[in-house]
Amino acid sequence: MRIPVTWLVENLEFAETPTPDQLAEAFVRIGIEVEDVHKLDSVTGPLVAGRVVEIEELTEFKKPIRYCQVEVGPDQVNGIVCGASNFQEGDTVVVALPGAVLPGDFTISARKTYGKTSNGMICSARELGLGDDHAGIMVLPSGTAQPGDDAIELLGLGDTVIEVAPTPDRGYAFSVRGLAREIACAFDVPYRDPGLAEVPEGEGEVLPVHIEDRTACSRFVARRVSGVDPTAPTPWWMRRRLMLAGIRSISLPVDVTNYVMLELGQPLHAFDASSVKGGLVVRRAAVGEKLTTLDEQVRALDPDDIVIADDSGVISLAGVMGGASTEVGATSSDILLEAANWDPASIARTVRRHKLPSEAAKRFERTVDPALAPVALERAARLLDMFGDGSIKPGRTDVGAPTLPAPVSMPINLPDRVAGVLYGRGVTARRLGQIGCQVEVTTGDGGATMVTAVPPTWRADLTQPADLVEEVLRLEGYDTIPSTLPPAPAGRGLTEQQRRRRTVSRALAENGFVEVKPFPFMAPSVFDALGLPADDVRRNTVSVLNPLESDKHALATTLVPGLLETVQRNLARGQKDLAVYTIAQVTLPRTQQVPVPDVGVGERPSDAQVASLLAALPQQPVHVAAVLAGHREHAGWWGKGRQADWADAVQAARLVGQAYGVELTVVASDLAPWHPGRCAELRVGDWPVGHAGELHPKVVEALGLPKRTVAMELDLDALPLSDNRPAPIVSAYPPVLLDVAVVVPVEVPAEQVARVLRGGGGALLEDIRLFDVYTGDQVGEGKRSLAYSLRFRAPDRTLTVDEATAARDAAVAAAAERFGAVLRA
Amino acid sequence: MSGANDPYDPKQVAALSPEALDAAVEQAREAFAKAADLDELAAVKPSHLGDRSPVLLARREIGALPPAAKAEAGKRVNVAQNAVKVAFEERRARLQAERDERVLRDETVDVTLPWDRVPRGARHPISTLAERIADVFVAMGYEVAEGPELETEWFNFDALNFGKDHPARSMQDTFYVAPADSGLVLRTHTSPVQARTLLDRELPVYVVCPGRTFRTDELDATHTPVFHQVEGLAVDKGLTMAHLKGTLDAFARAMFGEDSKTRLRPSFFPFTEPSAEVDVWFPEKKGGAGWVEWGGCGMVNPNVLRNCGVDPDTYSGFAFGMGLERTLQFRNGLPDMRDMVEGDVRFTQPFGTEA
Repeated sequence: MRIPVTWLVENLEFAETPTPDQLAEAFVRIGIEVEDVHKLDSVTGPLVAGRVVEIEELTEFKKPIRYCQVEVGPDQVNGIVCGASNFQEGDTVVVALPGAVLPGDFTISARKTYGKTSNGMICSARELGLGDDHAGIMVLPSGTAQPGDDAIELLGLGDTVIEVAPTPDRGYAFSVRGLAREIACAFDVPYRDPGLAEVPEGEGEVLPVHIEDRTACSRFVARRVSGVDPTAPTPWWMRRRLMLAGIRSISLPVDVTNYVMLELGQPLHAFDASSVKGGLVVRRAAVGEKLTTLDEQVRALDPDDIVIADDSGVISLAGVMGGASTEVGATSSDILLEAANWDPASIARTVRRHKLPSEAAKRFERTVDPALAPVALERAARLLDMFGDGSIKPGRTDVGAPTLPAPVSMPINLPDRVAGVLYGRGVTARRLGQIGCQVEVTTGDGGATMVTAVPPTWRADLTQPADLVEEVLRLEGYDTIPSTLPPAPAGRGLTEQQRRRRTVSRALAENGFVEVKPFPFMAPSVFDALGLPADDVRRNTVSVLNPLESDKHALATTLVPGLLETVQRNLARGQKDLAVYTIAQVTLPRTQQVPVPDVGVGERPSDAQVASLLAALPQQPVHVAAVLAGHREHAGWWGKGRQADWADAVQAARLVGQAYGVELTVVASDLAPWHPGRCAELRVGDWPVGHAGELHPKVVEALGLPKRTVAMELDLDALPLSDNRPAPIVSAYPPVLLDVAVVVPVEVPAEQVARVLRGGGGALLEDIRLFDVYTGDQVGEGKRSLAYSLRFRAPDRTLTVDEATAARDAAVAAAAERFGAVLRA
Repeated sequence: MSGANDPYDPKQVAALSPEALDAAVEQAREAFAKAADLDELAAVKPSHLGDRSPVLLARREIGALPPAAKAEAGKRVNVAQNAVKVAFEERRARLQAERDERVLRDETVDVTLPWDRVPRGARHPISTLAERIADVFVAMGYEVAEGPELETEWFNFDALNFGKDHPARSMQDTFYVAPADSGLVLRTHTSPVQARTLLDRELPVYVVCPGRTFRTDELDATHTPVFHQVEGLAVDKGLTMAHLKGTLDAFARAMFGEDSKTRLRPSFFPFTEPSAEVDVWFPEKKGGAGWVEWGGCGMVNPNVLRNCGVDPDTYSGFAFGMGLERTLQFRNGLPDMRDMVEGDVRFTQPFGTEA
């Protein structure tokens, strides 16, 4: 909200008015955010009122240009070129004469343009730094000024506009009235609240109004002003304030409603009374009802929308936008003014539903003072009466029964206890009184001093002791709260899982992988590129209703696609050798999705309710994934580089297992998007925890990745947190080293051969290491030779070669029995 | 050659004469000195230390001497033989040292040749920052709590005292998921972990929760729809806003140095009352030390405590939350937040494994 300082301080009794910067600082200190402070004094030099005497239209240019004779002082007429055309001969305008400097260091001088000499400039509001309105030049109401009058004073350019953004709980602060009270509290100065003005009794009703839905509307007040001169201009001071607040002047009745809304915080609506048929009904819209709103849009109404209807049907979308049929137009002279209190939640829903944010709705959503409607209507009626030459009808309709804030009691030292500060005596009562509460101090049960505050009508946000506490603390200043560390509890440190995850991340980074953090949003079409079968479980995704990129609406069920996209981006930027990883949650819908239960607030939900809340969420395990493309080891002066291959992906998975203290077993697998012959399934025992290997060549081609790009993905939450407490016994006796080459059918996995050899070798076999794999003529079709180094050692003696040989033979025998392995000659 | 029993004066045996022996030693020394390398030395060795060398031939003559002369002659030969051996060893050691030196000299390489055979890995600075923050709080006795990213509206909003249609709810620019009435959202903040913690743990609780959060902001230099927050929550008997301030000050010092501190400005969050914005004094701010907007905080709203079954008359608490991207951005002077999310390895690599 933008508010001129002169308006803000109008009803404050300052001995000496603070500077705009002091006011802005005070707002921030007590909790009203200041977005900007616009000083208007950047115009210097001759700026005067001028009267347009004669307009010559220049038509030979691409756009309409006017050459105007403007009276800018007694007996002084300047020729001025102007590109706007929203004014007529006889209008009063603002003229910057040569020598004037406008905001942005824009110096005005006499110059030749469009074949004429232009002696000055006719100004728009924006050129003067008064607002954003650049629709045309500024035309002042006739009689506002005489040619030659100093326009700097006329426009109030010594003023400053403060732009504030009150928090949504403080509805009252969306008005000059509420903001002035904040300033009164901040500076401890007296304040005359225009919202508390006396209102004369009405004589009867102005028209019958029936509130059908009391939750929708708690109060509805109407007043009528007839005989308003439709051509009456809005007085300059009001236009100026509206302009500085960022609201364009439309007509006197509309301007008055906007002005009163800004001043008091009560949105008003003006109907053309002659268009209203019969009495009014306030209700929810019926199914199928439509309304043409002021912006000429036909809107299909929702049964949740609150409407005002007359005998002809719906005439207004309550609190949000009026209807076209009763709009105050160029000939309206009989004005029906409405002020009401609408249900904030309903207004919020209607605004969202119809995408109709407005200044009025913004205030209704944040709750409007329920005592304000008659005061605001009276103010508006009098302004119309005064400047529109109308006459206020004696009747007033005032129906409904708004709920007023209930008293709140608390120990008077609660603010001290919450802040950790000892405030002076009487501070709490004084501060609560200052914000408008009726305060009573009593002695409660047990002799404790209690304070009971009846919040003012405009403070619906004060409902519990904590709310009163905040008022005291913020007005006393948060800067008076000391800094004390609470006594430290005994924590247990990171959980085992948290430590393991850190280790995984560090292990991958230290092994040359770069961590990246792709978004979890995926286009389902990626699954096609990855070659996932139609019934693949990973295609079952949770879908975002309002994604930022419409095709990327699926929440990731696997981390590999996000990594591949990252790889593509890096490739596009010239990085060819890549090893990236990420650790993140994935979202896996349950096969039977349970609806979220309706759980209330105000007390702890039952254990069953908590359980059903948790059960309604998809599973979200933490995964780790890595992708390698290009070289794993660079080429250089040392020789050739090494392309990343499937084994690097498996190795990355093993690294993760080691970080968890788990030895992963590897089984050949065939899962998209991996190469069917180069895909490893990683297991803990018999439990699959992920896959690693080379990507399918079709996938690589479809995604434009480097050939032989490899990837791995593991479910970290599926890895057991092993109780890893090894107690190794290290033998100091010498080992016996024996090599053995066995020939086995080519389809027998090396992992299994090693496992069987290890089993057969028994306790003396300390280590086994594959050092050669051979296929070819020497071993025959369908066979391969696996050559192992075996290291034998006894824990308690020097092993003899005979003992080691016996153990080796046992190992080979086991392999022979299991796989038909034969010793290679 | 004389017979064993021939009596004769040992001085008459020319080979055993001191002159002959001295000459033999001198010849050996000369020969060794002439040897230019170990091979040449080995080649001349037999002539001076071998069985047919003058000194060893002289030793054979001793047996024929009369017993009285044997001792003296033997001594003389020993001295000569030792002198030859010493001369040989000295020369050998010298030549050996020369050879070793030459071999090492020949093996010299340019140690400044580049070595980037295995590419460098790195952790994302947001990860290391989150861990650093967690460690600061773990050191204060806090534990690290976690929660899911796809969350029920009850945990993300209701439990945190967001009214059903309160503007605060729409202020958070929420990602909703299908179907329209699913009751699930991508968490807009890490605060739902507050409610989870209070429902889950025994009091008192002191937890910190770093995590990924989501809002429908378009990606630009200062916004990203997917970002990270760190949330702190303490609920105990007698906690005050002074304790909140003290905790934030300690946090600021741990992150930004001993000269750092925080400032609170009144604000509004549905789940805290009183609420405040946190500014931090950042000594290394670009353009000079100054205040930087850091996050939000406040005393846990009694309604939140009630919603989680905690009696607000007995317990009180404070909570705070900061954006990690924003923290990293001003701490490291990073101009564009997009770099943190795009995954360009050139951005991440310089951070190494500890940032």
